[in-house]
Amino acid sequence: MEILKSAAAGTLESSDCMVTVEPGEGITLDLSSSVMNQYGRQIKAAVLETLERLDVKNCSVTVVDKGALECTLKARVECAVFRSSDASSANIPWGGAVR
Amino acid sequence: MINAVGREIPEELLVNGKEVYQGKYYMDGKYLQKAAPRNRRYEKPAESKIVETIADALKQCGAKDGMTFSFHHHLRNGDFVANMVMQAAVEELGLKDLTIAATSLGEAHDPIADYIEQGKVVGIQTSGIRGRVGDVVSHGALKTPAIIRSHGGRPRAIEAGEVHIDIAFVAAPTSDCVGNCRGIGGKSNCGSLGYAMTDAKYADHVVVVTDCLVDFPNFPASVEAIDVDAVVVVDSIGNPKKIASAAARISQNPRDLMMAENVAKVIASTPYFKEGFSFQTGVGGPSLAANLFLEKYMDERGIKMGWAIGGICGPMVELLKKGKVGKVIDVQDFDLDAVNSINQTPGHYEMSASQYANPANKGAFVNKLDFVVLAALEIDTGFNVNVLTGSDGVLRGAPGGHPDTAAGSKVCIIVTPLTRGRMATVCEKVVTVTTPGDCVDVLVTDYGIAVNPLRPDLIECLDKAGIPHVTIESLKEKAYSLVGRPDDLEWEDKVVAVLEARDGTILDVVRKIKPLEL
Repeated sequence: MEILKSAAAGTLESSDCMVTVEPGEGITLDLSSSVMNQYGRQIKAAVLETLERLDVKNCSVTVVDKGALECTLKARVECAVFRSSDASSANIPWGGAVR
Repeated sequence: MINAVGREIPEELLVNGKEVYQGKYYMDGKYLQKAAPRNRRYEKPAESKIVETIADALKQCGAKDGMTFSFHHHLRNGDFVANMVMQAAVEELGLKDLTIAATSLGEAHDPIADYIEQGKVVGIQTSGIRGRVGDVVSHGALKTPAIIRSHGGRPRAIEAGEVHIDIAFVAAPTSDCVGNCRGIGGKSNCGSLGYAMTDAKYADHVVVVTDCLVDFPNFPASVEAIDVDAVVVVDSIGNPKKIASAAARISQNPRDLMMAENVAKVIASTPYFKEGFSFQTGVGGPSLAANLFLEKYMDERGIKMGWAIGGICGPMVELLKKGKVGKVIDVQDFDLDAVNSINQTPGHYEMSASQYANPANKGAFVNKLDFVVLAALEIDTGFNVNVLTGSDGVLRGAPGGHPDTAAGSKVCIIVTPLTRGRMATVCEKVVTVTTPGDCVDVLVTDYGIAVNPLRPDLIECLDKAGIPHVTIESLKEKAYSLVGRPDDLEWEDKVVAVLEARDGTILDVVRKIKPLEL
């Protein structure tokens, strides 16, 4: 999928995360987390894996995590990507990529 | 050297007779030589001990570089006194190399973090460390490792002379002109002054700071004029709104209530739940709610509680007024109901921190305790509890009376949700051991109950009562299946805090956290 414009999903509430995606060259990730020391690596892996599954090749992604579970993280990343590529108004392809 | 809870204690800390933790009651039967303060004589009668300013009081007490000042935390997050004193000492008198020996430090003491960063304050000894002070200490700004002790361990250390207090400051809601102090009757009331009592007896100098001067004699006094050098009257010693909350309300959260009900069930299943039993509970959601369910079981069996101790709040005072508990003995008050009841409601008394929890006196109240219900930030599969460091390794908690009541009581119940956000409360290895697992008996979570295998008698009680329970390992696995298995924290070598067990041995150390680089 292609990132056409900036889009965000999520909140800064405890146990949630705010994911912002923007057009970029390659994948760059800016991550901050309230559970960085214990889950930083796992959060990074979950975000990159979700982008890969959505076939996103070029994207600058910012994650501000407030202790979200992995399922929440993945859903927020997906949602931000769908919003950025105008795939969020109808027939949302949850869990997959728009090919 | 590895201690009895499996923690590596650096050799350089094991000097001057310091030992590593070797299990509860290790020091039982040993002798303690008490230290004595050096006091100035006030033989010539004087009408008053009032001095103009805190700076004047400091000068009168011979304040100089390198001294240790003590504070108590009955004004909790509303306290102004510690900051006022440190400001006068550092900014007006230009003192440095100071050590603060406090019963607890919280967000109210954020300005003190600046004095740590400037190197004016070089030592911290406390039973609680939160806010910016916790942050800067965790990041290595303090010159010497902070020493963290329980509420019982602190008076032990003071009496043993391990902490020598040069000047103790008493934040007094009321005082007379010679320093008889009480926690009630003024505009910033806090009720009990229990933590200040040992300090006042063992400090070389004692300064009372009050915002309500009353007629002599202010009796019965919590801190007595015979121990006081100077009295300073200020506009305000604290923010009453932050000293005591309106009333500690019992949680309506169904998860808390479910856990509380299970706590009461566990208590009611043991042989210690009988006429005259004794009890302490914390003020966290599920711990406090346990009061409610316990009352139901007491009514059912037609029994009454003999006595309750601890930090006291409204629901316990309510039980006292209803005649369902014989006596309430109080070291600190958490809400206005408790503040307004101490020494007023028949049967509601004040006690010192030493009388409450000191393991080195001839038998503190905790030694006679049947049940204690406590919370935890983390508990591991060895039943070791952490109430000091966050999951990120930063100091932001307080052992308080946790290790003392756990060690003294017949049944220590920890009640905590299995996870908080993404953090597994039940884990493989707690970040810091603040209460050793050999003192903890039962764990109640929202996903099940686990009993320490060291207590087969309690396992039998639960089985007989038909209360289901599981292993703590299975609770840990459940937690990890929800939130993922956390990576181990990474530390630098520098020790930023030493955690003393209540008996004075070393239970654990906290090192400087290494930030994760992705």
